[in-house]
Amino acid sequence: MSVQTDASTTLDVRALGVTAVNRALRALPDGASATLIEVRGAHNLGVGLFNNITITINGNTGYYVAGLCDGPDFVINGSVGWGVGENLMSGVVRVRGNASESTAATAHGGLVIVEGDASSRAAISLKGGSLAVAGNVGHMSAFMAQAGTVLVGGDAGDSLGDSLYEAVIYVGGTIRSLGADARTEELTDADITKVRDMCQAANFDHINADTVTKVVSARALYHFDALKDQRY
Amino acid sequence: MVLDHADSSSLRESATFPTEMISHVQSMARTGRYEIRGWGAKRHVPSFDDLTFITASLSRYPLEGYRERCETKTVLGNRFASKPLELDIPITIAGMSFGSLSAAAKDSLGRAATAVGTSTTTGDGGMTQEERRSSKLLVYQCLPSRYGFNPEHLRMADAIEVVVGQGAKPGGGGMLLGQKVSDRVAGMRTLPTGVDQRSASRHPDWTGPDDLTIKIGELREATNWEKPIYVKFGATRVANDVKLAIAAGADVVVVDGMQGGTGATQDVFIEHTGIPTLPAVRLAAEAIREVGMTGKVQLIVSGGIRTGADIAKALALGADAVSIGVASLIALGCNSAFYESDGEQIDVTAGYTALGTAPGFCHECQSGACPVGITTQDPELSKRLDPELGALRLTNYLKALTMELTTLARACGKNDVHHLEPEDLVALTIEAAAMAKVPLAGTSWIPGQSF
Repeated sequence: MSVQTDASTTLDVRALGVTAVNRALRALPDGASATLIEVRGAHNLGVGLFNNITITINGNTGYYVAGLCDGPDFVINGSVGWGVGENLMSGVVRVRGNASESTAATAHGGLVIVEGDASSRAAISLKGGSLAVAGNVGHMSAFMAQAGTVLVGGDAGDSLGDSLYEAVIYVGGTIRSLGADARTEELTDADITKVRDMCQAANFDHINADTVTKVVSARALYHFDALKDQRY
Repeated sequence: MVLDHADSSSLRESATFPTEMISHVQSMARTGRYEIRGWGAKRHVPSFDDLTFITASLSRYPLEGYRERCETKTVLGNRFASKPLELDIPITIAGMSFGSLSAAAKDSLGRAATAVGTSTTTGDGGMTQEERRSSKLLVYQCLPSRYGFNPEHLRMADAIEVVVGQGAKPGGGGMLLGQKVSDRVAGMRTLPTGVDQRSASRHPDWTGPDDLTIKIGELREATNWEKPIYVKFGATRVANDVKLAIAAGADVVVVDGMQGGTGATQDVFIEHTGIPTLPAVRLAAEAIREVGMTGKVQLIVSGGIRTGADIAKALALGADAVSIGVASLIALGCNSAFYESDGEQIDVTAGYTALGTAPGFCHECQSGACPVGITTQDPELSKRLDPELGALRLTNYLKALTMELTTLARACGKNDVHHLEPEDLVALTIEAAAMAKVPLAGTSWIPGQSF
């Protein structure tokens, strides 16, 4: 079905269905904007888009909103299901509510901002993107995160940064426990600047960049060495 | 074995601890770790060799072997995808990563697949320019690691394969040892150069069949519902997994038996997990039939496919196509005592010796020191594989496989290889009869079905 679109389009998800909404978004020219209404927890909204557009989503979404995107910016006025911004390549995704599991999973670029809390496995397998969470993150967050930056304003759950590679995590609150091969490290001036920049980009004013805890890889699992009691 | 002082007839080898097992225990005692190697299961398991065709005679008549047409065209992914894959032969090239293989080896696979009108597959490391350029039909894998996975390549692919597991290591993640994590490989995977890479065994953004339904939906939305979506897993609980993959919306189900190969995995995984390809194909075909999806969802089977006979038997038991991995590498020159350069054969036996092995026995893909330049990232070793010559050899092999397949199909009276059926087969062993659910030769007995 064809959908009329112009520079500021309103798309009714319930009436059109997800596929027609995504096709309409894909057809928008760079610089255009669209507002999605009657969202009702739909999955796979705004996925696989390459155009430089701005998408506002009014309501709670299901899984994978803004997944596999390389171009658009999103503002979601609601909470989101699993995998918001999964495999994101570029663009800014702002979630005004809370996020479920695997926020920004495998994101290669771009910035995902969660103004509430994110559930477990936030930034899992992160590959260069950035995740800023104003509140708390659940267990196993940043599991196997390879590159990129994670900023947590609140507390982190169990096993933060398990099997971490080169991604860096900053936590404003407490860390319940670190995962295997994760360790804390002293903040440098560059870290403080980075956290400030990220707070500014995310519009966070509640995080003191001078006092966050930095978590990085201990790099003890980079190579097999059974005689050092590594457990594989 | 050289025996200096003893008469060999007086030595008694233990069945429980044969010399090979003693060596295995000694190795673990020395190093404190398990063996990591390439290839698939090396031990004997019931296989397609345990079946034989009861071809035409008086009660059925054959087609002329050299004259009458026997169709090999194969369509994959016509359930939901608007652009299904149309293959000229039912033999595809399995997913093998750039990283595990050299870029030239990936290039060879693509060229050969294109020459015979079939598809090749990426692997756990993303899509290389070389393989995209050389492969007319390229299946893009979505793996737990998501190394190098990106939406641009997703759009450039002809089909998408969500990999849940593989036959060599169902339940385990991939592995690439540091000697193969070159700058280029590391760059594509966003990893530090030289790390011993261990991939995740679960996907990062979904768990279980209900989530998979949504994940497949996302991939379809991102590619405009054009591309077939395969779901691949190692053969374990085959009937359940096939039904769940179909319920999740797969166009094609790929089942990899325990003989399936790998670039590097723990030997204990390779030899002791999964079920053989023989029962896996029959279980998968039955599951597809039970949910009424025969002809709508296609079945690809892999794991130890070597000959046209293997392919014919897999098709007869219900597969729509097969995938080959290790066999395609052997066609390129894997386990050969020499490589060819300017028409000359250059002996590389010393390279095998340095790895503690010999041509015909090598499974040292994990070492990165492949003497014939296939499973390596070493620029000097890589030069030993001429991509053009490799492609020619593999093209020849694929053509010969197809001829073997059609020869058997014609002899069974079929003018289309997809018309082969279980009734064309009998089993040579009780095990194979039970697993394939075809009668033991000379009887009407199918163990488990009748007394």
